[in-house]
Amino acid sequence: MPRIRRELYNKEICACSIFGAMNQSGERFNGAGVMKAIANMHVRGNGLGGGFAAYGIYPEYKDYYAFHLMFTGKSRQDKLSAKAELEEFLARKFDVVYEEEIPHRDESTVSDPPLVWRYFLLPHKHGEDEAISDEDYIVSKVMWVNTKIENAYVFSSGKNMGCFKGVGYPEEIGEYFMLDRLYQAYTWTVHGRFPTNTQAWWGGAHPFSLLDTSIVHNGEISSYGTNRWYLEMYGYACTLQTDTEVIAYAADLLMRRQRLPIEIVARVLAPPIWNAIDRMNDSEKKLLTTLRMVYGPLLMNGPFAIIIGQTGRMIGLTDRIRLRPLTAARRGDMFYLSSEEASIRLISPELDRVWTPNGGEPVVGELNNMRTVLQ
Amino acid sequence: MKSFVFPEFQIIRDEQKCGQCRGCERQCAFGTHTYDPVADRLISDETKCAGCQRCVIFCPKHAIVIRPTPSFYRPNASWSREKLDDLKKQAETGGVILTGSGNDKPFRIYWDHMVLNASQVTNPSLDPLREPMELRTFLGAKPDLMDISSQEGVVSINTPLSPNLMVETPVLFSAMSYGAISYNAFRSLATAACKSGTYFNTGEGGLPKEMRQEFGRCAIVQVASGRFGIDAEYLNCSAAVEIKVGQGAKPGIGGHLPGEKVSELVAQTRMIPQGTDAISPAPHHDIYSIEDLSMLITALKEATNYEKPISVKIAAVHNFAAIASGIVRAGADIIAIDGLRGGTGAAPKAIRDNVGIPIELAISSLDRRLRGEGIRNRCSIIAAGGIRCSADVVKAIALGADAVYIGSAALIAMGCTLCQKCYTGKCNWGICTTDPRLTGRLNVEIASQRLSNLISAWSHEIAEMLGGMGINALESLRGNRDHLRGVGLHEWELDVLGIKGAGE
Repeated sequence: MPRIRRELYNKEICACSIFGAMNQSGERFNGAGVMKAIANMHVRGNGLGGGFAAYGIYPEYKDYYAFHLMFTGKSRQDKLSAKAELEEFLARKFDVVYEEEIPHRDESTVSDPPLVWRYFLLPHKHGEDEAISDEDYIVSKVMWVNTKIENAYVFSSGKNMGCFKGVGYPEEIGEYFMLDRLYQAYTWTVHGRFPTNTQAWWGGAHPFSLLDTSIVHNGEISSYGTNRWYLEMYGYACTLQTDTEVIAYAADLLMRRQRLPIEIVARVLAPPIWNAIDRMNDSEKKLLTTLRMVYGPLLMNGPFAIIIGQTGRMIGLTDRIRLRPLTAARRGDMFYLSSEEASIRLISPELDRVWTPNGGEPVVGELNNMRTVLQ
Repeated sequence: MKSFVFPEFQIIRDEQKCGQCRGCERQCAFGTHTYDPVADRLISDETKCAGCQRCVIFCPKHAIVIRPTPSFYRPNASWSREKLDDLKKQAETGGVILTGSGNDKPFRIYWDHMVLNASQVTNPSLDPLREPMELRTFLGAKPDLMDISSQEGVVSINTPLSPNLMVETPVLFSAMSYGAISYNAFRSLATAACKSGTYFNTGEGGLPKEMRQEFGRCAIVQVASGRFGIDAEYLNCSAAVEIKVGQGAKPGIGGHLPGEKVSELVAQTRMIPQGTDAISPAPHHDIYSIEDLSMLITALKEATNYEKPISVKIAAVHNFAAIASGIVRAGADIIAIDGLRGGTGAAPKAIRDNVGIPIELAISSLDRRLRGEGIRNRCSIIAAGGIRCSADVVKAIALGADAVYIGSAALIAMGCTLCQKCYTGKCNWGICTTDPRLTGRLNVEIASQRLSNLISAWSHEIAEMLGGMGINALESLRGNRDHLRGVGLHEWELDVLGIKGAGE
């Protein structure tokens, strides 16, 4: 047997600010408000990463998978050759409905930007791939690109949604991609980053996204090595060198592939302690014991607060002993999640309700009528 | 024939302190000390001394010191004293040299070349005195995916689940058979296991009938090649059944119980005539291939109504990871792997000291192999052979084990000093003997308390180390090699362990 080289991956460590805003009646709004809110938490980041996930931004292409691609490299030539390689792959595996460079402002406003393109795609399956679902097909192709094509990263792959991210403060990234002018979304999630130990690169910024699920995360996952091997068994290649990625893949595995409801998923990622489980009634005890027994490797240990974005839904969750802050608030149809209450108050001074969710307890905002985004 | 081997130990008696109480004479089953009534003093025969320190610890006047003899053959790097002595013994007897306990040779101890992580700043370390710290572990097969349906708020699990053992701490007592160890030692292990929320392993010598009702629930019962003491009740009173294929101390050969240790009770439990040697065949004669093992696993599942996990214990040898993968596919719920330094009551010294691979490397390569094949969740790994302290347990789990078996460590807790004379049946500590005069020295209540204390102490220490790493549930450490770094290891060793070097 050939010797397997030990992995010398670097887990990124970062502290952060997170913010999310959703209009539950499905009305779309531009990114100006969330940019203002995240800028208010400027000191929680250090300018080495910021990003946005926006839902409902591509109504005219809502039936196609919107791939956002990042082509990196030292020279423009590197970037273009990665792009050529990627497009050759797309031509074989997809019908490309539309493609363009993602509009942005003068490159001098940010540091070392990659070439960023978007492609609207329909799967074009051949042979063995015909048997698998469109979504599994997309996941496998995203994994393929991210591991096999040097300098090309798919960082957004859902329908009618998109991620925008890069190195800089989030408000700078928002301005670079002109999110306050060009896009209307019913949900925005935002992230400002404070990495401590890695060189900044555009792919390492949040959100992390797969299909229509996106994650912004504040924290450090001390169970990373365990979560990672478990997810690798199910075909998820952890390539982006960050612990947030494992949350995105765990969410995909549990919510999309296993179709578990969010209440159950929260119990997997942040389960109650055994002392509490042992005191529950028999059916709850059996369920939670089984969940911990089977999904123990997906327990996210260590401090975290996350905002999960999905089509029609925004979810907030903290680790089971709540070592990172998260505040939730409602005002009319608006649902907010934030690291700090002040940021919510800045854009919505009057609130109907503000609360701090318990550790491990998910807070969920859903569209009142899913049809508003699907039709 | 005059023996040319000189004594291993030197016995120094302080005549000023000695009160001629003859305690040492009574304590030593090897007959080292005798009383000379004429001179009114005790005389020691160094050729008989096993170096077990029983007389030293029990001398009321602390008048005895036993130390390695200063005598030597001319120093020679190639011909060590041990090599010379062994050779002389064989020249004098023509036999295989027997020994007990684990491999004592200076193979690299990888535990001592790995350091653990701790949280600083970006991730708070957790305080086990103030925060929950969870060590509970489930041993057995887990399904690939879980089918859960929810109707009107009532959630039901539709996936059939395999039976699992629940342990409150990831430390189990390793297989030590009744006969190899004394009834009191065996019962002490059972008592402590039940009290501490863990399990003991009966080894291949059966489970005495009167212990089944009380201790069956925390017993892992073994089915070994000798098939000693197996009946339907034995299998069904247990928590789990383990097929013993191999043992780290003597891979490739079966168990040895000298006839001297087969007392009436041992004979009854093993279902063999009193005083006969109980020598297990080297292989199971119904397992000559992996498909045969699969049939035995299924037979045992049938016999226990699919209610108990089935473990298969193998020694860690060169190609064991591929074999273990086959064992998982053959239906085993637990793989127990026993490494190079695993102990024994009796084994040929040549085998004990030269066969097998270190457990640290074995855990890592097995875990990686099963992950690579996508079947890691289908079995649990229990690692055995050379686990000496709580830090070893933590490192074993970070390398990919689900739990560990401790054998020598448990015996040491009861008083064992690793004198390696287990095979003689004359254990002065009452552990590895069936002589009633000696077994009476081991008080079940006290010995089981010492064992429970050990489990409790290690559990506290494991919790401290976990908390330092910012982890509050043991499942988040499993296979989490990111929390280990190697010091003083070669590149290939780091590769096999799957860890980075310190500072990398």
